[in-house]
Amino acid sequence: MSDRINEKKFTCIMCPLGCEVTVKSNESGQITEVLGNQCVKGEKYARDEYSHPLRVLTSTVAIEGAQFARLPVRTSGLIPKDRIFDSMKEIRKIKAKAPIKLGAKLIENILGLNVDMVATRDL
Amino acid sequence: MKKISTDIIIIGAGPGGMAAALKAGEAGVKKILLVDRLPEPGGILQQCIHNGFGLHKFKKDLTGPEYADTYIKKIKNSNIEVLLQTMAIEITKDNKVILANGSDGLIEVSSKAIVLAMGCRERTRQQVSIPGTRPSGIFTAGVAQRFVNIEGFMPGKEVVVVGSGDIGMIMARRMTLEGARVHAVTELLPYPGGLTRNIVQCLNDFNIPLHLNHNVIKIYGKDRVTGVKIAKINNKGEPTDETFEISCDTLLFSVGLIPENELSRMVPLEINPITGGPFIDDTYQTKRPGVFICGNAAFVNDLADYVSCEGEIAGEAAANYVNGSLNTVTKVSVVAGENIRFVAPNFITRTDHVTLYARVTQQMRDVTVSSSGGIINIKKQIIKPSEMIEMELDSEKLKKIKELKELVIDVRPNK
Amino acid sequence: MYNVAIIGGGIVGNAIARELSRYELSVVLIEKEIEVSFGTSKANSGIIHSGIHDDPKTLKGKLCLQGNALWEELSKELKIPFNRVGEILVARSEDDLPVLKKMLDNAKAIGIPSEMVEGKRLHELEPNLSGKINTGVLAPTAGVIPPYEMTYALYENAMQNGVKYLLGSKVINIATDGKSFVITAGDKEIKADYVINTAGVYADEVAKFAGADNFRILPRKGEEYILDKRLDNINNHVIFPTPSPISKGVLIIKTIEGSTMIGPTADDIKDKEDTTTTEEGLKKILDFVRTMIPGIQKKDIIASFAGIRPVSNTNDFIIGGSKTAPCFINAAGIQSPGLTAAPAIALMVADLLKKSGIRLEKKRKFNKYDKPHRRFTLASNKDKELLIKLNKAYGNIVCRCETVTEAEVVAAIRNGAKTVDGIKFRTRAGMGRCQAGFCLHHVMKILSRELGIPEEKLTKRGGGSLIVKEKR
Repeated sequence: MSDRINEKKFTCIMCPLGCEVTVKSNESGQITEVLGNQCVKGEKYARDEYSHPLRVLTSTVAIEGAQFARLPVRTSGLIPKDRIFDSMKEIRKIKAKAPIKLGAKLIENILGLNVDMVATRDL
Repeated sequence: MKKISTDIIIIGAGPGGMAAALKAGEAGVKKILLVDRLPEPGGILQQCIHNGFGLHKFKKDLTGPEYADTYIKKIKNSNIEVLLQTMAIEITKDNKVILANGSDGLIEVSSKAIVLAMGCRERTRQQVSIPGTRPSGIFTAGVAQRFVNIEGFMPGKEVVVVGSGDIGMIMARRMTLEGARVHAVTELLPYPGGLTRNIVQCLNDFNIPLHLNHNVIKIYGKDRVTGVKIAKINNKGEPTDETFEISCDTLLFSVGLIPENELSRMVPLEINPITGGPFIDDTYQTKRPGVFICGNAAFVNDLADYVSCEGEIAGEAAANYVNGSLNTVTKVSVVAGENIRFVAPNFITRTDHVTLYARVTQQMRDVTVSSSGGIINIKKQIIKPSEMIEMELDSEKLKKIKELKELVIDVRPNK
Repeated sequence: MYNVAIIGGGIVGNAIARELSRYELSVVLIEKEIEVSFGTSKANSGIIHSGIHDDPKTLKGKLCLQGNALWEELSKELKIPFNRVGEILVARSEDDLPVLKKMLDNAKAIGIPSEMVEGKRLHELEPNLSGKINTGVLAPTAGVIPPYEMTYALYENAMQNGVKYLLGSKVINIATDGKSFVITAGDKEIKADYVINTAGVYADEVAKFAGADNFRILPRKGEEYILDKRLDNINNHVIFPTPSPISKGVLIIKTIEGSTMIGPTADDIKDKEDTTTTEEGLKKILDFVRTMIPGIQKKDIIASFAGIRPVSNTNDFIIGGSKTAPCFINAAGIQSPGLTAAPAIALMVADLLKKSGIRLEKKRKFNKYDKPHRRFTLASNKDKELLIKLNKAYGNIVCRCETVTEAEVVAAIRNGAKTVDGIKFRTRAGMGRCQAGFCLHHVMKILSRELGIPEEKLTKRGGGSLIVKEKR
């Protein structure tokens, strides 16, 4: 059995302590150990960050006919961290037309991730 | 000059001013005038397109514009009169506010109470004395934020961020997402100036190096920035000979916020030199009766949520002042003790509930936040200058505080 | 074909342009930067000297005295504030006393109002002065002006009287066809009978083109630091130390705005374009001024800049027709007291032209200065109201720190401003505490609208100094 151990460090953001949590994993990527956390929230955070880190993505899209040149948008839920730049590519394709209402969907089910890109203000 | 009279005039329609206006309305005040020099309400929130707002206040994770919208819609549905693109240019000795805009000209407002909510501005490169040339391409992070998020321009392509304040880190991420390369963030102190969450999600996520104990010591570039020299800083705060250079075309400064106090000085209100804002009591009234102040114009707080809370207290207090029921006779001074940079508000007058905010001078682990008379006793595993300490005082604690001459707040390491 | 071509658009070039515009002459001013006043004049400290520092036998001394007397009239004509705040030279040690005494005697001998002030009186005049300082010389005829506004006012009035301006055009050659000069500037060729060389740090190089170079310009850098204006009245006069043989020293300047400026340093440099501020310079200035007013702190600084003095190798002004090219008149080496002397230099140059054969016929109608805008923040409330009634744009405040309105910004652009700095130096938008943090995008929008240039092409001060990189 291979005894190669991989280590990845994460700074936990669940409370101001900001513990540095180390996730150890074996060659096939399975988590073998989690160290450095001071509570269970920290362990969950590290495990999630290791296996499937998720983020909210906020950005702006071009908008015509509005008071300002850009319309702020956000993902309606969390998307995988490694899809952020692909999502940005999709966002850049959008040219919205005023008027837009807060919550309006500018991209539905972005990249098939079951999350929409919505406007975060009326404009 | 056009002359109008109102019950309460609120200067600034950001998260502080809007909360104050709505609360004053709820408290029964009939005539409320909310003024802002921008073409729309919301203040700085409209350019803060990132999330993280409303976690405390609404238990929701909102973006700046969404947070602002909550208040804006309530104001639209109220009797509050809103004057936009209107700037308060003067507060006279007898508390009259002079406004200026293009359509009305000058307006003299006589008001029973004034609430100041002008927010804050950013410390500049010049104020941190970085020598070198003065090319284009140097921005404070907030200005870059405006350009990217509202005007639709990229301030630059190769970026160095000076200072690890939250705005700097947020913009490091924002610029990266929009195709710029952020080469580094430098931080003078041994610890970051912003939230850990931002270090992780703005810097680590994008492999942007954070150089603690480092500072930019020279700027190069004749017409436009071409690079910077960065030095390691020793524990006396001085640059060492360990230096390196980064070629870049853009510098973003995130080196602190300062309350907007032009109007405050005009009243004139005595300015607390540590916070940069006026001295206030726990009703957010200043030393001039009838003049209240809230939000970052009073002292720089961490979150828009806290600012809105302050706004509500100020709005309610202004309402009480207008109907003659504000009682702030008994004052106990709140004093910053050991390891505390400042405490706000500066005086306790209330008997029901008060939230004190304190900022510490340095990062410390395993400490106790304490006060005179042992009234406050909070153990903390970690405290940082970037994270405000909140102390909730209930009626019981306030009763004890009334017995004291002054309330000194300290932070000391646990033995 | 012009009668006179002036090369260099700083305070001296513009003062001469305006003076010559009184006469029936065709005048052109050629400037290498995209706007006037972007060279040495951009870093001027705005002091009108009493003359106490300069030997009246030199051109500096003579023209400083003449110039000082002309400022009241000039400031009225150009609607620029002028405040005779007075200067005080202080003794910081025993060794300074005999030097001061001698300066006082010399000043009195040439008729410069001056007196010794000591002890209690001195500290009444300057309450924040160090307790160790007890003797000073007061020269009440010294004053301060806003130097940038002055240069632009001279420029605008010169244009209102027919002077042509060729901006963004660097002179790369001066030839002569026997009768007149042929100046190659940028991609243009300008013919003129006479050339006036007011090219600042480049005056020696310009003179060389015409074969009129028998002097050298030795650039000397000076750094200045501006303190927050909330430091109300840290000083009431321009405070000088006792001068050394080489320099007037580091000063504590009461600006026309009422704020305090400290500096300058005096560093001989090689690169004529080196306007960097330095850590050493700041330290030198702070250490020095604290010996005069101890309370000044680094954290009070809101802005800094540096400029280059065009010091001539004779250390005096070089004003006169060149011996090798008589129609080529130098007005070079204009370092301090250049600002003070500027109106006198203009008169002297006009006189030189007359003496060299040009017919100076006064125009029947010389247009008085028509100031394109009022400074909103200085107007009374009644006047503010009137201004907004006449022009709504006065009610739209662009720069909040200095209370500068859209009307003033538009007027600046319609009178030649093309860059963010051009607007800054004409209107003060961006000079306040937040250093253009809030008004930059505003100013850019107005520039873009008025000039019909996309915002991403706007610059800080011409050349490659674009503000933003691209539009998304």
